[in-house]
Amino acid sequence: MSKSEFEPRIVVFACNWCSYAAMDLAGTSRIQYPPNVRIVRVMCSSRVTPEMVLTALAEGADAVLITGCHPGDCHYLVGNYKTLARYTLLKNVLDELGLGDRVRLEWFSAGEGERFAQYVRSFVEEIKERVVNLQASTPEGGR
Amino acid sequence: MSNEPRIGVYICHCGTNIAGVINVEELTEFASKLPNVVIAKNYQFMCSKPGQEMIIEDIKQHKLSRVVVAACSPRMHEPTFRRCVQSAGLNPYLLEMVNIREHCTWVHEHEPDKALEKAKALVATAVARASNLEPLEEKELPVVKSALVIGGGIAGLFAALTLANSGVKVYLVESSPTIGGKMAMLDKTFPTLDCSKCILTPIMNEVANHPNIELLTYAEVVDVQGSVGDFKVKVLLKPRYVDPTKCKACGECAKKCPASAPNEFDMGLSKRKAIYLTFPQAVPTVYTIDPKVCLYFTKRDRMGRPICGVCQKICPAQAIDFNMQPKTVEINVGAIIIATGFETFDPRLKKEYKYGVSPRIITSLEFERILCATGPTGGKVLCPPDWKEVPKRVVFIQCVGSRDLTVNVPYCSKVCCMYTAKQAILYKERVPDGEAYVIYIDVRAAGKGFEEFYRRAVEEFNVTYIKGRVGEIVIDPETKKPIIRVEDTLAGCMIELEADLVVLAVGLRPSQSTLKIAELLKVSRSPDGFLQELHAKLYPVQTAVDGVFICGCAQGPKDIPDSVAQAKAAASAALEILAQGFVRTIGHVASVDKELCSGCGICVSVCPYDAIAIKVEDGRRVASVEDVKCKGCGSCAAACPSGAMQQRHFKDIQLMPVIKTLART
Amino acid sequence: MNLPAKVKVAFYWNASCGGCEEAIVDLGEDLFKVLEAVDIVFWPVALDFKLEDVERLSDGEIDVAFINGGIRFSEHEKVVKLLRRKSKIVVAYGSCAHLGGIPGLANLWTKASIMDYVYLKAPSVVNESKTLPKEITQTDAGDLELPAFLDALKPLGQVIDVDYYVPGCPPTPNVTLKAIETLLSGKLPPKGAVLGASARALCDTCPLNETKPEKLAIKEFRRPHTFIPDPKKCLLAQGLLCLGPVTRGGCEAKCIKANMPCTGCFGPLDNVLDFGARALSFIASIIDQRDEEGIKKALGPIIDLVGQVYKFSLPSCPLRGLIKRKEV
Repeated sequence: MSKSEFEPRIVVFACNWCSYAAMDLAGTSRIQYPPNVRIVRVMCSSRVTPEMVLTALAEGADAVLITGCHPGDCHYLVGNYKTLARYTLLKNVLDELGLGDRVRLEWFSAGEGERFAQYVRSFVEEIKERVVNLQASTPEGGR
Repeated sequence: MSNEPRIGVYICHCGTNIAGVINVEELTEFASKLPNVVIAKNYQFMCSKPGQEMIIEDIKQHKLSRVVVAACSPRMHEPTFRRCVQSAGLNPYLLEMVNIREHCTWVHEHEPDKALEKAKALVATAVARASNLEPLEEKELPVVKSALVIGGGIAGLFAALTLANSGVKVYLVESSPTIGGKMAMLDKTFPTLDCSKCILTPIMNEVANHPNIELLTYAEVVDVQGSVGDFKVKVLLKPRYVDPTKCKACGECAKKCPASAPNEFDMGLSKRKAIYLTFPQAVPTVYTIDPKVCLYFTKRDRMGRPICGVCQKICPAQAIDFNMQPKTVEINVGAIIIATGFETFDPRLKKEYKYGVSPRIITSLEFERILCATGPTGGKVLCPPDWKEVPKRVVFIQCVGSRDLTVNVPYCSKVCCMYTAKQAILYKERVPDGEAYVIYIDVRAAGKGFEEFYRRAVEEFNVTYIKGRVGEIVIDPETKKPIIRVEDTLAGCMIELEADLVVLAVGLRPSQSTLKIAELLKVSRSPDGFLQELHAKLYPVQTAVDGVFICGCAQGPKDIPDSVAQAKAAASAALEILAQGFVRTIGHVASVDKELCSGCGICVSVCPYDAIAIKVEDGRRVASVEDVKCKGCGSCAAACPSGAMQQRHFKDIQLMPVIKTLART
Repeated sequence: MNLPAKVKVAFYWNASCGGCEEAIVDLGEDLFKVLEAVDIVFWPVALDFKLEDVERLSDGEIDVAFINGGIRFSEHEKVVKLLRRKSKIVVAYGSCAHLGGIPGLANLWTKASIMDYVYLKAPSVVNESKTLPKEITQTDAGDLELPAFLDALKPLGQVIDVDYYVPGCPPTPNVTLKAIETLLSGKLPPKGAVLGASARALCDTCPLNETKPEKLAIKEFRRPHTFIPDPKKCLLAQGLLCLGPVTRGGCEAKCIKANMPCTGCFGPLDNVLDFGARALSFIASIIDQRDEEGIKKALGPIIDLVGQVYKFSLPSCPLRGLIKRKEV
């Protein structure tokens, strides 16, 4: 599959209070961004587990983006610090496995609709550059 | 009836917001073929009355057990559709909303084909999630209609009065023998120069006489269990050794008492007896015996008998009881307000200011006692410790223990500029030929009438303001007077100012009892050490612990008007719970499978609300969730290494199909 | 399913350290009880049966085959497929057969670079002729065959259909005995079950669990060789990376009792998709740091996080097909 045909699929985890609101704001403001993202709503980014990220990648997602409130702003006080720790450890392992560039963590406040759209645009481009379809590229050819 | 879910899918056109970009008919057709979908419809405005009625009708007619609404953001209309399905008899948590507007048609307007593809994926995901949803309960738990106010200063007094006047029974616990707090120590208050005690004592009496307030003075909170609506608090009543029901406060005991100690109320500038009344207007007006000083307790003769008992012998009311024991009482309240106040910065931490080296260097609170008519000098401005000399030059030094990183206090204590201006004015009133200097960094006079008051100090009372940070104070070896060394930054030169009296404007620090109570109630502290409010802007009197409120200087440095305002705010916030009569738990709380739980305790470590505890059940340690404390973040479920802890409505079995479907399609 | 009086069993080892074979012998006197009930028809390490003897049995004649070790060579693949045909029940015995085991960590590297390193570049190798193992070597006397080194090491369940699992590296005697008793009882649990062990994590039966402080807050983890832990206090609370909370119990906490933290050999509990990921989540959850720098510092001494959390289960990770293998 050539780079021009490849459309990556990105699973995004969004917390109800900040990042999901930012995504809503992008919508209300009619800021356009590529349709490659699929959003999973949770109450707090601290609900997201490394297992969920692994599942997304194993089931066919080309990349995963975890989003939440900026540190210090978590609606549940300290949830996002746990998210950061879980992501940091997961990234350590994924880097070893050669998959580190597919998972990202980014904070969005409820007012950052434009920034979210911009982030999606550049993330999609980056994944297109680096990854030509996870499924087709590895010798084992998936599971 | 089979256990298979019967799902109804409703696709909103949202006018042209959705229908203008994607083919809603095709989407509806797609939805109708998804597993467990019994009916799929689309309509112009699902949130409108006819739209909602369509759903209600279908639930009844087609016996739907789950509803999926594909429309705008759930942040907008989830409550609307939850109420809608609830009115048809379906549990509100069996509704799933899909965002195909803000997250789809509005942001992919130029790629309608892809938008439709994405909408299909989102609807398929929602249907998969809906199949796994469970009905959830929002429990209503009754609330005990009483409150505890910890701290009897001006903030605590007003919090108690506001609640008591609203019909709530209030327990006011104060650790010292009398209520009144720091405000009782003040001479006059800025900017009105009201006599502090004159405006305070009527409030103290109102509290003492209020039928809804139970005053527990010389008492401390030692244990708190339970949660919002139902706190069980243990209060330790310290023994005064004086029966409050008998004592008439005639003072005969103190006259004859042979033992004395530094008087804390006068900041150690005078002495009090072992049996004492904090100040004449103390409430309750009952004497107290200090067992650390009283000879009955501290000195025994060779036969082991106490050598003194004079007060007991002469008390006309026979109120002395040396056998009094500490007593612990348990009270049950629905809300707690912390109003434990402040203490002043210890200037010994600023060694260069030589506090403690010379008696002519004192703190602002000590100077306040000197100014006070009930203080060590009867209100005459005299130099300690001999009280013979009238100081002709008083130098006030600002920001001692505030805005100072060398002593780890970066913040501004807010009140010192104003109280210094006040003290300078009061000094000049009493010693008109004296010189008053204020050495400052900035003058902060932001409140109502404050700037005008400061101007009075400068223009009417000729107080000299010098802008500079005092480098050090040295003691003249001959005169023994303090000499202040400072750069006058506006004049651009170094000055050495000899003073008869130096008053250090000490900053405000959280009190020791504030720190103790914070730990007991699990209220966090801000980086500055004071109690942390829930949200700096929007929730200044709430804490992360539901049902516990804060006000006054325990929350941060502030003056009397702000303390009163915040006290009433805290009372009003407490009333939101107490007046309602019940608290509601949320549906999506944590829930533990006790069979699977190994009691590893990882969940307890992540909960920001202390809602989980490890308890021993059937001989095994397992986690136990207190629904009323759980706020539904899900962090514990993510942390649980065995999958025993789950978050209702966001369980692994409910989220995994979502992730899988979105990853695949 | 009722098993006949003298049950026919087979034991076989694939890429195995031999520990699982010893584990059977470790039953001690209980082994005699087992031997009274079973008839061993194949056990290469202990008895002189040949593959042909197995081939001669009818399909399903073996009642239970206990297979340990990971599938590393083509020969392993061949034999386990044979045993599957000939057995009613196949039990994956020990971590390697259950999850892939420690040899599974080889899947982080390319096969070519492994061969290169092991046979040519390792410091202790002397191989002037640069000989690498070949599947077929032609000689005058005929072709010599060596089994092929497969691309990836697999747990048993990824090669044949497995009925039950017995966890552990190796399975402890009490677990082995309980598993055998379960199989002999005739009251078989649902297919795919893990036998002999607990349904709960190790903390449930660990003697140190009750010494845990109310909240765990680790500022920095510690390696076991850097200090002597207090044997009376929870090892995790002392900063050791003890995987007890995420590991299936049943082993009687033998490692903990020897003052060493659990490394997770009994594998995950039911309903846990991936041991390593689940471990990462709980470890991260007790780190008492709030920024990336602090979190990395907390991990500092742990230089091989993959090796720690995937020590026994890398080949079972859902991402195994996507791993970008490294060069040694």
